[in-house]
Amino acid sequence: MFRTSRTVLVAAVAGVLSVSLASCSTTGDSGSDTSSASSSGSSAGGSSAPKQTTVRLVTHDSFVAPKELLAQFTKETGYQVQVLASGDAGKLANSVVLAKGNPTGDVVFGIDNTFASRVVDAGALTPYTSAKLPQGADKYALTGEAAKSLTPIDFGDVCVNVDDAWFAAHKKAKPNSLDDLTKPEYKDLFVTPGAATSSPGMAFLLATIAKYGDNGWQDYWKKLKANGVKVTSGWSDAWSVDYTAGGGKGSRPIVLSYNTSPADTVKDGKATTSAMTDSCFRQVEYAGVLKGAKNEPGAQAFIDFLLGKTFQASMPANMYVFPVDPAVAIPAQWKAAVTVPDKTLEVDPAKITANRDKWLREWQDTVSG
Amino acid sequence: MRRRPGRTLLPALAALIPLAFLAVFFLLPVAAMIARGLHPDGRWTLGPALEVLSRPRTGRVLWFTLWISTLGTAITVLLGVPIAYVTYRLALPLTGLVRGLLVMPFVLPTVVVGIAFRSLLAKSGPLGFLGWDGSWQAILAALVFFNIAVVVRTVGGRWQSLDPRQAEAAAALGAGPWTVLRTVTLPALRPAIVSAAMVVFLFCAGSFGVVLTLGGVRYSTVETEIYLLTTNFLDLQAAAVLSLLQAAVVITLLLLTERLTAGSPNRLRGNGARQRVRRADLPHLLITTAACLFVLAPLVTLVLRSLQVGDGWGLDHYRRLTEVGSVPTLQVTVWQALLTSIRAAVDATLIAVLLGLLVSFVITRRADSAGGRRVLAALDATFMLPLGISAVTVGFGFLIALDEPPLDLRSAPLLVPIAQALVALPLVVRVVAPALRSVDPRQREAAAALGAGPWRVFWDVDRRVLLRPLLAAIGFAYAVALGEFGATSFLARPTNPTLPVVIYQLIGHPGEDYFGMALAASVILATVTAVIMTVVERLRGRSGGW
Repeated sequence: MFRTSRTVLVAAVAGVLSVSLASCSTTGDSGSDTSSASSSGSSAGGSSAPKQTTVRLVTHDSFVAPKELLAQFTKETGYQVQVLASGDAGKLANSVVLAKGNPTGDVVFGIDNTFASRVVDAGALTPYTSAKLPQGADKYALTGEAAKSLTPIDFGDVCVNVDDAWFAAHKKAKPNSLDDLTKPEYKDLFVTPGAATSSPGMAFLLATIAKYGDNGWQDYWKKLKANGVKVTSGWSDAWSVDYTAGGGKGSRPIVLSYNTSPADTVKDGKATTSAMTDSCFRQVEYAGVLKGAKNEPGAQAFIDFLLGKTFQASMPANMYVFPVDPAVAIPAQWKAAVTVPDKTLEVDPAKITANRDKWLREWQDTVSG
Repeated sequence: MRRRPGRTLLPALAALIPLAFLAVFFLLPVAAMIARGLHPDGRWTLGPALEVLSRPRTGRVLWFTLWISTLGTAITVLLGVPIAYVTYRLALPLTGLVRGLLVMPFVLPTVVVGIAFRSLLAKSGPLGFLGWDGSWQAILAALVFFNIAVVVRTVGGRWQSLDPRQAEAAAALGAGPWTVLRTVTLPALRPAIVSAAMVVFLFCAGSFGVVLTLGGVRYSTVETEIYLLTTNFLDLQAAAVLSLLQAAVVITLLLLTERLTAGSPNRLRGNGARQRVRRADLPHLLITTAACLFVLAPLVTLVLRSLQVGDGWGLDHYRRLTEVGSVPTLQVTVWQALLTSIRAAVDATLIAVLLGLLVSFVITRRADSAGGRRVLAALDATFMLPLGISAVTVGFGFLIALDEPPLDLRSAPLLVPIAQALVALPLVVRVVAPALRSVDPRQREAAAALGAGPWRVFWDVDRRVLLRPLLAAIGFAYAVALGEFGATSFLARPTNPTLPVVIYQLIGHPGEDYFGMALAASVILATVTAVIMTVVERLRGRSGGW
């Protein structure tokens, strides 16, 4: 029952420890979370109620904008940006739908063309047409109602990639079309992320639907399956585990990836892989003003800023996507290895929304059955 | 005996705080999501919702979840108990290191581990000859890999505090080691084993990243199904039905464990002394060695690939993690992200441990009536729910339930630690409550009869058995909070990413370097966790003299 001095010591240490731990916790510094680094003095106080001087951007985890860029926005417009990131593009789109009318922010960036109609149909956005939309960017615009609420910001092409070096080393002809992938000479050589679990995987499913039609794509997938296609859950493990050129020394020289991916396989100034340009599906990312936004002018100003030359030029390096402004130069290291296909396989966003569930279920049954 | 009003009032008050927390941050969001599914536009739509149960796919998913979780739990327990014995009871060097090693998987992002496993098992990998890539065996192996620490720590902690004299007495009376184990030790360990098994089962059934990565498209569990139904199909009806099903499973499991652990009070008077290794310990040592190798294999794969730079080796990936701007995706250095993670996890641990203590005190009270016992059991089950309910449901639930003042907390920085604490809280309760149950109530009564107030009773009686489990719970809660990504990833977080978020950002970017950096960051996360856990262990070892 008696207490030793050691007991007291341990208790004291524990006490000191818990106090010091508490002081280094997150609760103390909520004020510093407003990410715009400029004129930070005004954001002190830590009150959670946003002032009209703040624009809250709702986006996905892949959104990357250097502090200097956001500081420039603050300088130009007087608004500070608070970035609220959550999950991937799918989670983002659904969050926006679920929180419609009482949004978590003012402006959303990162809704892509496979989710666009769902967000627009749900009535989660307020129409805004930016006067800053660059010449030539209108070809990425949506059609109908959706065009009024979503502004295209960037795009990326999802394409089948081929490890040219592997095919050269094995003295085999490389595949040139989606049809080739079902041929016996390419048995067990193709890996793709699944449509239900991965956004490039979904894009590839849509590419096959565009190519083979509403009634032909299931058949195509049956043939792919018979030909030993490997379906992984995510892009990262298809690339880094199964692909021969992905660093993991995999066993499959054909992978579903992006048209920019060959830039990561450059050896001695030359890409050792290439994208199969007839297989590409274009993913376009959009921004929109959220319905019920507390700071609508700020939201609009931010969309204009995303379309500005500076931000557009920052996108390839930061987010691995192409700016919608054709006048903005793309990075030099992409020029040698990356081709932007003239023609991509397309499915109308409204049609995607109407059929998404049906297609995914059929696809699941086809590949897992 | 004179009854103080405090005897019922105090527990009621103590229950109120954690209940309020759970109600606001868990029950309300989950109920909101379920209501969105089953009661949209003010009308019940049960009929169409139940249609999900008649889909053949749902049947397959339920069956797979059930058997893979059962098998995973069984194997984890069978492996974990001997390891607990070796690392907590035997006088061996390096047991602290082994314990630290085994807990590393616990905090690793599941996608990263999935990739490490796949690197081993893919056709081109060193274990490719097994043909396990994309098979259920791979999922099973990963489930055991992730959960073995739960069994080792829960069971080991109790084993350490067992009174060794009972076993010694049995041995002195001529019982062989196996007989002692079967008749004395295992029954005494039963509450811990059952408790750990239940947690492991819930973790298996709720594991998400592992099943997605390793199962490919062939295997799906209720958890991954809810994820797909919610994020891809936005089929909230079907998701709601499956969420309710999950809740039913948690409650059933809890009632079952209640049954299995009832009536085994054990005085815990062990001093944590280690015994010398005997020849009979050989099988346990072998199992422990095998398990260590098994846990090491994917970890070594991770470390090796994080050091692989092009065709050579180097620390480049680690170096780049510390330089802001060298890689655009990285807006903060890895140290800043790690600090953010550590801070959030500290908050989460504080919340989880404080609330967990309160809950444990309440549910371990002796109820005088059957009704009272039922209330306590229901309370216990309620606090277990967060382990069993899908992270998607909770994450999106936050979004639609906490959207009005005074509860418009959707983008509050504190929401991240709160989400982590929700997952850690049940674990704290599972570790602390059994210890409290082992206190002889007569001790408390004696203290009270001698005039000690409730606090004095706590300090003199409960604190003494509580210290070790409490430290274990803190370690556990901390590891869970550090690694939690499920619910967190659905929250709109102000930037200042945690390390798991950084890892996901890196891994989602094309480019070999990003992948290498993601692995390097994972190695750092796992190492830091292991170090923290080892420090907690040390604290625990020192305090053994209480």
